[in-house]
Amino acid sequence: MIQKIFLCVFFCSATFISSAQQCTYNFKGIVTDYHDGTPIFGASIFIKSLNKYATSDARGHFEISDLCPGKIEVRISHISCETKEVFITLDNSFFQEFYLEHHTEELKEVRIVATSKLKTKTLQSSVLKKELIDAYSNSSLGDILKNIAGVSAINTGNTIVKPMINGLHSSRIILMTNGVRLQDQEWGIEHAPNIDINTAEKISVIKGANALEYGGDAIGGVIVVSPDRVLVKDTLYGKSILTGQTNGSGFSFHTALSKATKAGWYVNAKTTFKKYGDFESPAYVLSNTGLNSQAFSLRSGLKKFETGFNVYYTYVKNNIGILKSSHIGNVEDLVHAINSNEPLIVAPFSYDIDAPKQEVTHQLVKIDFYKRYRNTGKLVLQYDFQNNQRYEYDIRVGADKEKPSIDLNLNSHTLKTSFEFDSKSNQTYKVGLKAAYQDNFANPNTGVRRLIPDYYAYDLGLFTIGNFVLNDKTNLDLGLRYDFNYINAKKFYFKSRWNERNYDIDFNHLIIGDFKTQWLVNPTFKYHNFSASAGISHQLNEKNSVLFNYALSSRAPNPSELFSDGLHHSAARIELGDLRMQQELSHRISSSYYFENEKTSVLIDLFYNLIHNFMYIEPEGTEQTIRGAFPVWGYKKTNASLFGVDINWQQQLTNKIDFNNKTSFIRGRDLVNDRHLIDIPAANTVNSIRYQNKKWHHFNATLESNFVFAQNLFPNNNFDVFIPTTNNTVLVDVSSTPNSYHLLKFNTDTSFKLSENSEITVGFTITNILNSKYRDYLNRLRYFADDLGRNYVLQLKFKY
Amino acid sequence: MKFNKTIVILASISSIFLACSNDDDPVVINEEELITTVRATLIPQNGGNTIILKSVDLDGDGPNKANLSVSGSLDSNTNYSATLEILNETEAPAEDITLEILEEDEDHQFFYSFTNNIATATYKDQDANGNPIGVQFDLLTGAAATGNFTITLKHEPNKGGENVKAGDITNADGATDVQVTFNLTID
Repeated sequence: MIQKIFLCVFFCSATFISSAQQCTYNFKGIVTDYHDGTPIFGASIFIKSLNKYATSDARGHFEISDLCPGKIEVRISHISCETKEVFITLDNSFFQEFYLEHHTEELKEVRIVATSKLKTKTLQSSVLKKELIDAYSNSSLGDILKNIAGVSAINTGNTIVKPMINGLHSSRIILMTNGVRLQDQEWGIEHAPNIDINTAEKISVIKGANALEYGGDAIGGVIVVSPDRVLVKDTLYGKSILTGQTNGSGFSFHTALSKATKAGWYVNAKTTFKKYGDFESPAYVLSNTGLNSQAFSLRSGLKKFETGFNVYYTYVKNNIGILKSSHIGNVEDLVHAINSNEPLIVAPFSYDIDAPKQEVTHQLVKIDFYKRYRNTGKLVLQYDFQNNQRYEYDIRVGADKEKPSIDLNLNSHTLKTSFEFDSKSNQTYKVGLKAAYQDNFANPNTGVRRLIPDYYAYDLGLFTIGNFVLNDKTNLDLGLRYDFNYINAKKFYFKSRWNERNYDIDFNHLIIGDFKTQWLVNPTFKYHNFSASAGISHQLNEKNSVLFNYALSSRAPNPSELFSDGLHHSAARIELGDLRMQQELSHRISSSYYFENEKTSVLIDLFYNLIHNFMYIEPEGTEQTIRGAFPVWGYKKTNASLFGVDINWQQQLTNKIDFNNKTSFIRGRDLVNDRHLIDIPAANTVNSIRYQNKKWHHFNATLESNFVFAQNLFPNNNFDVFIPTTNNTVLVDVSSTPNSYHLLKFNTDTSFKLSENSEITVGFTITNILNSKYRDYLNRLRYFADDLGRNYVLQLKFKY
Repeated sequence: MKFNKTIVILASISSIFLACSNDDDPVVINEEELITTVRATLIPQNGGNTIILKSVDLDGDGPNKANLSVSGSLDSNTNYSATLEILNETEAPAEDITLEILEEDEDHQFFYSFTNNIATATYKDQDANGNPIGVQFDLLTGAAATGNFTITLKHEPNKGGENVKAGDITNADGATDVQVTFNLTID
């Protein structure tokens, strides 16, 4: 810097000395857009040392005359472009073309995620912003996403929360984190996403499979977790959030530190710890439901306009206790648990996490690189590696007590590249290619037959998408994608099971080994998946806009749908996959209407999803084992239809008080058997009223009411079972749904400036204010215990 | 063109992927805690024929039902000394799981139930807390009849529950490890 000043002073004085003779040079130029070469009007061209400036005209031209020879520093800036600074040595009159860069990336992000305007997007999408993510710092992804109408969750207890978009979950949802598709054995209903939400600056949910860039199998939708934006300036900042809560007597601590330079280099590190003991329902302790979680992430790279790269590493480890009383031996125990009002095991509060429990570690490494080509577009290359290690511990005896029952290690490599042609502002195209390899290893040291076998899999994907601005009111998006999936598994089947499933008729050629009571089998499957999407948005007038879209998507069966084979203790059932499974094929049409004026905004999302070969699991009788009778749940396929409406209405009542209503309603039908679909979320409505006063240290207070209706439309999967100890036959009611419930929540926060760059925010929240007893249909532990009771949460957030 | 070059690079990197697949066969798992066999040996206390009750299910959680056998009919109004053996017969020699149960006797208890009042059972063994285990028990038959005899093993039962020590399973809670039912004839 000092050098620059020195140079400047030197040249200035030099020019001053020589100015008497030669100050007649002209500096002419043209300012154009980097992407499409169009002239930029109104850019300012400023010569710092001489305090001379000019403005570009409609053709992008400018001229500064009467310059002396020497070196000048020129700054070219425009309101919607990145500022450019160049040094020029003048020894003659001079002409140069300057390219300026619109903040296209930022503009585009806004276009994809903006909830308010439909005009420039053709997807049904919603965004959660940083303030909300901070407030949920101690929670899971599944919990925070419930803030979006149409997004619910399917739980196993209160710490294993899987997001559900318009009634679909697990393999039907793609989770993108920092540009990487999360591969963490997401097929399992009790496998929560391994992600620390504190790494996100915003979380977007795209309903349906229209975002083909991410994959063609997102029949439910896509969740995009985006990291903080990199600031290209010299800066160092940090944030810490400490949250304590009474229910679970635990805390969560998050801290983040970021450093960036004007040259574009940045580094950013984050870590989160959580520790909770047993959670509590209104009436009793939920024994063995504690949670220990550690997360760490490191991001670094270089962000320049034309080129740059990013390196990302993240580590998430969760140690999750599972309600003790949900471990049951056979169907008689299940009947006993269902008929008991309280869990069968209630111990005093403890921080200990015993079996049954899960210990899951997920690591992710990503490297990406981008380069822009003038007048063409942007190339991105990315490689990621993910390692997911899952241990599940069951209650076992003897020497096996400390051994996990499930020990799965999944390694995934993905290489992808895309090129975005964005030189024309009214039509952009993107093409992309993906190659992935995955290897799953089920450790035999568990001494328990593998629920999921060893396998490896390849995926190859190709897509092209285009965005067309038809006029200033209408946007059109089109996309096509092809994915090839190959899976090669090696699995042991009991010979008795092999014959009982009639695999001996269709699949005997797959047998590669004979192990007394078991066959070793080598199933290999190939799937060709085509997907397509089309969307159009139109602004009717200032206040009203609409969008329509259609998505065709296709999803290959996941390993559990193909290969599940064994006893699932927490569910007291034998789960069986089916080697005959075919791909699911979904046609989803949807439409949204958006109204906005100064005080009111209303967004209504409608959808209809028709799914061929919809895979689901349901009871198909009981089997007698040495432990007694077990219900058998088999994966089946049917044709299904889902229909739903999501409403988000925001109303400003005064300049300090506003009202918000979010309502969602969904119906699911099994079209083959003409009955309701299982596990469809009940209608719910969330009403909140908020008081805000910016002058009073940004004071906020919100009272929220959440009413969840009873799900009266469910399939009847109840079955009879003979109980030998009592010598009678009883009905096992696994189908009946819990009653409706109503929860009240209060939240308040206020911020204080500590210095120019630091701030503290104090937040206080009470959930389930009335300490209501309730059970939720989509909590798999609803047979065993009530859901959470009242919870007081205190949060301190420092920004510095 | 640079873009073409990228595709070539990509393709060559993907070929490395193809080369690293793991083709080893997985190791077969013979379940360690698998219970295949429940055997009850009933010896009449005043002399007579020893009766063996046996349930064998070699495919564990597989679809095949257990093979049940009862060596003969029991005498009426007779006291039998009974001993249970819990085995994993998929291993050779068979693994005696009864030993593991006795090692953790405080966490295990057998329960017996009968239909048609064909018999009653009394515990003959105790864990360190003086609570019943049920590997050893006496079985006293009633009058001539036929009926079912169910043996249930509970893991982590609530031995302090009401009437649990006396052999009533109703309040035992816990998880069921074994449940087999034999059809007995009392002569």
